[in-house]
Amino acid sequence: MLKERLRELVQHNGYELLLVLLLAASMAFSASLSPYFLTVTTLFDMTSQFMEIGLMALAMTLVIILGQIDLSVASILALVGVVFGLMNERGISLGVAIPAVLALATVLGLINGWLAVLFRLPALVVTLGTMALYRGVGQILLGDRSTYGFPAWFVSIDFRYIPGTPVPLPLVIFAAFAVVFYFLLHRTTLGRLVYAVGNNAEACRFSGIAVDRLQVMVFGLSGLMAGTAGLMMTSRFASARWDMANGLELDVITTVVLGGTSIFGGRGTIVGTVLALFVIGTLRYGMGLANVLPQNQSVVIGVLLILAIFVPEAWRAWRARPRRTARRGGEAPAQVAGGKAG
Amino acid sequence: MRRQEAGTAGQALDVAVPRPVEGVLAINRGLARFRDLGLVVAIAAVAAVTAVRSPQFATAANLQRIMLDISLLLLVATGQTMVVLTRNIDLSVGSVLGLSGIVIGFMLKDHPTMAVPFILALGAGLGLLLGAINGALVSWGRVPAVIATLGTLTVYRGLVFIHSGGQQVNPQDVPRQLLQVARPGGLGLPPMVLMALIVAVAGWVVLRYTRTGRAMYAIGSNPDAARMRGLQAGRIIFLTYLISGALAGVAGVLYAARFATVNPASAGTGFELQVIAATVIGGTSIMGGRGGIPGTILGALLLGTIANALAVSGVSGFWQRAVEGAVILAAVAVDAVIRRQAVRGVGRRA
Amino acid sequence: MALGARDASGLSTRGLTKSFGGPPVVKDMEFDLRPGEVHAVVGENGAGKSTFLKLIAGVHQPDAGQIAIDGMPVQISNPTVARSLGISLIFQEPTLFPDLSVAENIFMGNHPVRRPLPFIGWQRMRAQAAELLQSIGARIDPAQPVGDLSVAEQQLVEIATALSHRARFVLMDEPTASLTPREVERLFGIIRDLTARGTAVVFVNHRLEEVFAIADRITIMRDGVKVGTWDAREISRDEVVRRMVGRELADAPVRTPAQPGEVALEIEGLTSPGVFRDVSLSVHRGEIVALAGLVGAGRTEVARAVFGIDPFERGTIRLFGRPVRFRSPREALRQGLAYLPEDRQHQGLILPMPVAHNISLTILDQLSRAGWLDRRREREIAQEQVRRLRVKANSVTQAAKSLSGGNQQKVLVGKFLVTRPQVLILDEPTRGVDVGAKAEIHRLIGELAAQGMAVLMISSDLPEVLALADRVVVMRDGRVAGELSRSEMSEEAIMRLAVGADGRAAV
Repeated sequence: MLKERLRELVQHNGYELLLVLLLAASMAFSASLSPYFLTVTTLFDMTSQFMEIGLMALAMTLVIILGQIDLSVASILALVGVVFGLMNERGISLGVAIPAVLALATVLGLINGWLAVLFRLPALVVTLGTMALYRGVGQILLGDRSTYGFPAWFVSIDFRYIPGTPVPLPLVIFAAFAVVFYFLLHRTTLGRLVYAVGNNAEACRFSGIAVDRLQVMVFGLSGLMAGTAGLMMTSRFASARWDMANGLELDVITTVVLGGTSIFGGRGTIVGTVLALFVIGTLRYGMGLANVLPQNQSVVIGVLLILAIFVPEAWRAWRARPRRTARRGGEAPAQVAGGKAG
Repeated sequence: MRRQEAGTAGQALDVAVPRPVEGVLAINRGLARFRDLGLVVAIAAVAAVTAVRSPQFATAANLQRIMLDISLLLLVATGQTMVVLTRNIDLSVGSVLGLSGIVIGFMLKDHPTMAVPFILALGAGLGLLLGAINGALVSWGRVPAVIATLGTLTVYRGLVFIHSGGQQVNPQDVPRQLLQVARPGGLGLPPMVLMALIVAVAGWVVLRYTRTGRAMYAIGSNPDAARMRGLQAGRIIFLTYLISGALAGVAGVLYAARFATVNPASAGTGFELQVIAATVIGGTSIMGGRGGIPGTILGALLLGTIANALAVSGVSGFWQRAVEGAVILAAVAVDAVIRRQAVRGVGRRA
Repeated sequence: MALGARDASGLSTRGLTKSFGGPPVVKDMEFDLRPGEVHAVVGENGAGKSTFLKLIAGVHQPDAGQIAIDGMPVQISNPTVARSLGISLIFQEPTLFPDLSVAENIFMGNHPVRRPLPFIGWQRMRAQAAELLQSIGARIDPAQPVGDLSVAEQQLVEIATALSHRARFVLMDEPTASLTPREVERLFGIIRDLTARGTAVVFVNHRLEEVFAIADRITIMRDGVKVGTWDAREISRDEVVRRMVGRELADAPVRTPAQPGEVALEIEGLTSPGVFRDVSLSVHRGEIVALAGLVGAGRTEVARAVFGIDPFERGTIRLFGRPVRFRSPREALRQGLAYLPEDRQHQGLILPMPVAHNISLTILDQLSRAGWLDRRREREIAQEQVRRLRVKANSVTQAAKSLSGGNQQKVLVGKFLVTRPQVLILDEPTRGVDVGAKAEIHRLIGELAAQGMAVLMISSDLPEVLALADRVVVMRDGRVAGELSRSEMSEEAIMRLAVGADGRAAV
């Protein structure tokens, strides 16, 4: 009985189990580098370093399942930080500024969606262009300097904890969003539509689904999360620059892809993304402990991104290997491999 | 007929294509020619306006600066054009340029008397190797080009930092004979400019007059049919990445010649964006199958002129990135309109 | 006709077997192709004909068996090898490069070069292309991009390509599927020319009239195996059908026509320039109106315009007397009009997703409250449909792609039935469906009509039309050519309207 259950678990959630193993390995690696790693405080504090990536990765999961990609998330993050800082400098109260920049971030995401839909352009190129455009605007607005001087209650969010616990606020915020996204993707119509459109947009059109509107919405959501991440990062660093989070889109995409979301669309889970986030986060932290420079860390992440394509695809290929199942007579089977649609 | 659209990873998404109505495609073709003319007009307009507003634009020194910038861009864009024609992309060219500049630059400190052709060959060789990795990932590893070259972009840039140890290549490290390449020589033009032109022409000849070149178009136009016809798509795609990498490697050397410094943080950063912009503005479709070197030349001309015009007009360099982004968006939108098939999937007449 | 010793010349296969991870799609296939003959291969859907052709063309590799040319066994490991052996495959859908010119498509990979340098001679290529095109009577400009051409013209380009490779064996997979009768005649002329020159042509086709018009010999396949090969003069159409199906075709149950009720759908003067013109028809409650015509007549286009996928320029559509103009399928579905698309695999179902998710796709907003999806209700509704439509599936959580064509079609019907439509437009509802499931779907359509549904059925299957329809509206080249009542209906009558009284289709 147990064996049956175990086998079923492996079959359905095998990839997530693999990620858990990777996480354990990653933590073992970091623990080997520093005796302080496995303390509760270290572990919790470590997470604050990658919660922005996590926030963006949640939305990026939906984007990639939909069959799209958003290279501009880090640029939206930076532009939001810049605009937020400038508003603060002009004395605008944060109660106004925060919703304003979140709205801005959403609009920036919607622009991505509109351009992609209206001109039938591949999201790759659109977000390549907006990646440059948005960051460029940030550069124009703020120049080379930093903006700081935020009110005390806003900054250092990573040093605020749930009273009496070592749990830092960024982790709490991320966890809340992760839960929301989990239900969004796996329990709501929006999530179902994302999977459906990611698998076959044409069939969805014939079924009366507003495909274009969905795509624009998801890009808007991606922008919103990038904006939230921008606020979080500004708080952590107590400052903002045009080049903050430079290249962070790489981490976000790597996280999503390593989490088992297929770059070809139609497949992916929030759980996988969260697991992958911690795998990469612990890895980066461990490298930091080993005094590896951030740029050099990126080398490892770059390699990981490429491997992140291989490993899930190889896993899927192994699972889809020809077995003795009866197949209806007919011609060659469809190219799409089986897998859970969520 | 089913057309293939590029999904995010460049994979082919089957979309049925409508039987084109006669008039529409004729108009679209006219629009395409209009685009080339439009580019020439735009270049002339930007140049004219800037020349009027800033007298230092039209000086010989400034024109030479434009030419040098454009030749660097054109050199690498020639390779990128081939990659894009096959429906792929190479985002790593900026990092390859940087890595080549740093590696060769440091090496020259110990070999200051090396002959220029040999230096260039080394740059090309390094670029070839880096391009081979891209090619292997994309054509045999089945890693989508976006992801693969995004990954190598990061890895190579990381290698730049590692190799440089934070140091940069300084003017005294660059041998004089190399610096000469960026200075006017015979024919009044710097050798660098001639090199870029020769490479561009060679690229044009390959794309127009060789079977391999035509196969690049075919692969981008219909990858499945290309496979059925035995066009060796894997090998040809690999070749395009070799070329793209090699040219970026040469560009790294020429970068050192031009600027006499190579800073690991800034050499080539963001360059891939300009290269892709030049390629796409020039009419090479991001979906492959259409375009070519003449368009890329125009694209490089336009971008180089705009960048210089901005600098000369006193517009801060901060604008450049935003302008590049906007230009890419505009160019790709125009291409999409020209290429306009019916918005929704359509089947055959039944 | 017994097969004797292996023919010394020509192409032959012995024991050819291929499976794709399940039961063999082609099993022990024995086949002989003589030079200069037209050899038709017929069989039902799923009989393995296309796979068989692809094995010969090097697209797939056989698991077992042997192919021999002129008595010598050959290994055809890829299409290039096939080409070098003189084998050319022309697909159902042309595989061409739309951005490139006709001439380049013909010579891709093989451009004529100007010696001594390996540079392409464009003029020479265009001239040679023009020559090839002329030799098959195709009036196509070699410099034109192939994407501009019609399907028939693209096919001609493929044939010209086959000629350029000096093909000895030309394989054609359903070449007439998208052709007008005139184009079919032209194709047959080309085939006769080819065979006169000694080229052998293998011709997979569903349309038996065409098969008997052109073929010298006929091979029948059933379930991946060869049933037999006959000289075309020695076998009758009925016998071919019988051997294809393996059983006597029961007469299709004649539907008792219901009393038609009020006018449900009324189309008047519908026009989309260049696509269809002045289309008018009406469908009453309880009626089945067939929309017949050849491929290319514009039937699907009309349906798409009504359903709100494509725009139209002029005309009115009335639903129960109320003028409507749907701007999207969503609007149409909401108002009770459903359209089942032609291509169930790409336009109808989402194959990797479970049956239940496919069925619920059209009514997701009804199954959710404030966005929250009621999965239990979804499962219930799906199970109800599966039961009602007698879909053969293990459970509603099964992926749609694991079902057979007929069952997939039923799921597609179920998916639109849950929207509770009052007008149903079916586009080729039994295409690619085996005979058993076909009968079930016919019965289903009859039931729906009897329950008051207004059904507009686009169909190219004339026996199906005759069995089900109360009236037939025939389209030709974008216009309504005529309408036939039940008493006036016959295959010839429909064909006459579809083709034009003088036998020539308008260009």
